[in-house]
Amino acid sequence: MHEMAIAESLLGIVLDESGRHGITRVNRIQLQVGALAAVVPAALTFCFELISRDTIVADAVLAIEMVAVVVRCPECKERFEVDNQFYVCPRCGPIPAGLDLTSGRELTLLSIEGESGDEDESSESPCGEEYPRGQ
Amino acid sequence: MSQVKVPVVRNILEANERLAKANRTIFDQAGIFAVNLMSSPGAGKTSLLEKTIDGLGDRYRIAVIEGDIQSSYDAERIQRKGVQAVQINTDGACHLDGSMVLEAIEALDLDGLDLLVIENVGNLVCPAEFNLGEHHKVMILSVAEGDDKPLKYPLMFQTSSVLLVNKIDLLPYVDCDLEKIRQRAGQLNPRQQIFEVSCRGGAGLDAWYAWLETEIARVRVNRG
Repeated sequence: MHEMAIAESLLGIVLDESGRHGITRVNRIQLQVGALAAVVPAALTFCFELISRDTIVADAVLAIEMVAVVVRCPECKERFEVDNQFYVCPRCGPIPAGLDLTSGRELTLLSIEGESGDEDESSESPCGEEYPRGQ
Repeated sequence: MSQVKVPVVRNILEANERLAKANRTIFDQAGIFAVNLMSSPGAGKTSLLEKTIDGLGDRYRIAVIEGDIQSSYDAERIQRKGVQAVQINTDGACHLDGSMVLEAIEALDLDGLDLLVIENVGNLVCPAEFNLGEHHKVMILSVAEGDDKPLKYPLMFQTSSVLLVNKIDLLPYVDCDLEKIRQRAGQLNPRQQIFEVSCRGGAGLDAWYAWLETEIARVRVNRG
């Protein structure tokens, strides 16, 4: 049920980044959602469509990549994917304590794709080459 | 018109994180220990607060922010104990966020305050994802809810520093294995402190009070 709050935050960031990079129409938004975040992708997509309707983001595809919960066993240090929320190491058995979470808590915007206006002649090369690397 | 792909890598909840940090700065500067109290509906959040005010209210100044979808019933319960309480009605939202708490803080008299408890909306899922600026997240699980809850709501258990297992007076009547709760919660969060309590009878609450007193003292040293 917290999908609406997440959709609102996401739209804010997408509009901010679009303005900063001269994007006038957003076509695709790529994000990562960890399984622990308990986000229902269909609900997030529904909320996002609803609130982005009258913006340059309307009709953009939300490409949601779900990230599995991966933990590291404190005994053998092996990383393994958590299956069905039971924290059992495939080598050592049930983990008594010291669980080390490697992934599963992501709520991250990865990229925005769209059309850039090119209205003004001072070309700042908005084409794909010079991506600022993520901080 | 040209196609652009902009790599971004930004935390979607960054706006909430910023507000939570602002709240935290307010708490730290005023030397107030702030707790984000979470549980499912009916686990005993408000009862725990009433008991805590009875147990510590004569030695510490306590205030409460009450989060509920509707009604000011809980804030009135707390005000009857003679402490400041501000009600937040989320109008349907299933969790509190940093901006709601910031607004509530502005309605509180922070002067000389030792402990602020933010009682979140009853829900074991969504509140776990939204920091409010608290020093610690504290959760309650009542034994009537069952020992399987750590398996079903892992993030809540993973992010809470303290787990209060409440209503232990009901243990003879419900199928709940305390050892399973300890073991499952321990797998998710080995540093989590567990207190087994009954807010009805008062059993086990002294250990909870002692934990609060230690944390209050730790934060109070910041007070100018």
